[in-house]
Amino acid sequence: MTAVEPLRAAAIGARRPQLDGGAIARAITRIAHEIVERHPAPDPLVLVGMRTRGVPIAERLSGLIRAIDGRELPAGAIDISLYRDDLASRGAARIQPSRIPVGIDGAVVVLADDVLYTGRSIRAALDALIDYGRPAAIELAVLVDRGHRELPIRPDYVGKNLPTRRGDDVRVRLEEIDGEDSVTVIPGIGGGDAR
Amino acid sequence: MPAEPVIPMPEAPSAEPAPIAADMQWRARHLLDVDSLSRDEIEEILRVADTMREVLERPVARTPALRGVTVVNLFYEASTRTRASFELAGKVLGADVINVTGSGSAVEKGESLVDTLKTLAAVGADVVVMRHPASGAPYLAARTIDARVINAGDGQHAHPTQALLDASILLEAFGCLDGRRVVIVGDLLHSRVARSNIWALTTLGARVTLVAPRPLLPAALAAGPSEHPLALPAVELDHDLDRAIRGADAVMALRIQRERIRGALLPSVAEYARRYQLTAERVAAAAPHAVVMHPGPMNEGVEIAPEVAHGAQSRIEAQVAAGLAIRMAVLFLLARGGE
Repeated sequence: MTAVEPLRAAAIGARRPQLDGGAIARAITRIAHEIVERHPAPDPLVLVGMRTRGVPIAERLSGLIRAIDGRELPAGAIDISLYRDDLASRGAARIQPSRIPVGIDGAVVVLADDVLYTGRSIRAALDALIDYGRPAAIELAVLVDRGHRELPIRPDYVGKNLPTRRGDDVRVRLEEIDGEDSVTVIPGIGGGDAR
Repeated sequence: MPAEPVIPMPEAPSAEPAPIAADMQWRARHLLDVDSLSRDEIEEILRVADTMREVLERPVARTPALRGVTVVNLFYEASTRTRASFELAGKVLGADVINVTGSGSAVEKGESLVDTLKTLAAVGADVVVMRHPASGAPYLAARTIDARVINAGDGQHAHPTQALLDASILLEAFGCLDGRRVVIVGDLLHSRVARSNIWALTTLGARVTLVAPRPLLPAALAAGPSEHPLALPAVELDHDLDRAIRGADAVMALRIQRERIRGALLPSVAEYARRYQLTAERVAAAAPHAVVMHPGPMNEGVEIAPEVAHGAQSRIEAQVAAGLAIRMAVLFLLARGGE
């Protein structure tokens, strides 16, 4: 841990989250209803979360859709490390296996992630998904859209649009991974590119 | 021991505390032997190999992870499974793979190893996968060129990816190797597979017993860490397979090379088979859950009975399959893991 980390941690602690647990629950519930409205049963539908924090979002959507119309939708996980466009310059992060529980040929795949930013991760995820088959369509659901796209990618379902500057850090915490639900924007220092 | 050129290797590794696995940042530039790997590094390779195994199950087993990376397979010795699996591993990850063999290349015209390496560096090799009859040759390669070097078997010294895949088979069977007892039986004097396995298995916490007739198992082999470049960690020695195999969790047979028998290190094939062949009866004396392994190629009926090689406890086919994912993991970590 660097010397800056405790200071940043203190700054995060003092800052009120833009979305609290209730707001996050409402946002994901609304997305679930939108998905059901656009793809009523028995349309073949597969939910795939992007590692790491897209995975619990896909799982929550699966549970919510079950509550709405009784459909049991599989929730998978996709790791994009092998498909990143900055692999050569940045090196590999900690990679994990993907898990796509059913065939995606002919199905509508809803890709879920926590934050949509440049769109580069989504580009990588699209390449990865297509190695599993030929879906009828791929749609994108994100908890937060923070803007600053660098590729022609747009979300189909958005929990919350959060205007940010490029240097800002958007921290999403989810119960399943972090022990609580919150979305906090930490203003960048000097306006550099965010991590 | 036949005269064989030995190129000096760095001294035995220090017992430095390994970094915490959760913060694992891959640092090694080369994979030359298992003795330089910490437990965390071995576990990281095996963890990445799990991811690679999933990639291999996809309808399209191709990723762009090593796009733009050139992998050269430089093989001065015959090999089927190791070379094929490194070639396929590179291709699945999107690398360009070039095969250079001792015959049919400038090597045949008398080009020296160093000159061949410099030529490969000049044409842009990023990773050199090397098999060579001289122990230590990959160390020379690592000092000579800027590329990453993977030892795919050097003389009687090391064969790290074979040991890593063997470890992955045992971890799959047992979850954790701490306290597990593994018996390795065969030509321990000449086996680079055994040497690398001994390092990998003891690093992962297993207890290793080496079993062979005296000429193939000199006491000095188990003298513990020493200055000798072929020194091994502490292991148990036994000349009696029937005694050693009792209760073992895993048993690995090594290939007996017939030229060793001609070289009078062993009395006869029949005598070796009588005392050291893995038979169904001997395997029955091991633990009920015991797994049987062999790095291949096998002499069925010599070091292993056919019914054991193809029996329910055999993981020999799984070993071949596991090799691909392990080699993908090693290529990926060396080419992309560091900063």
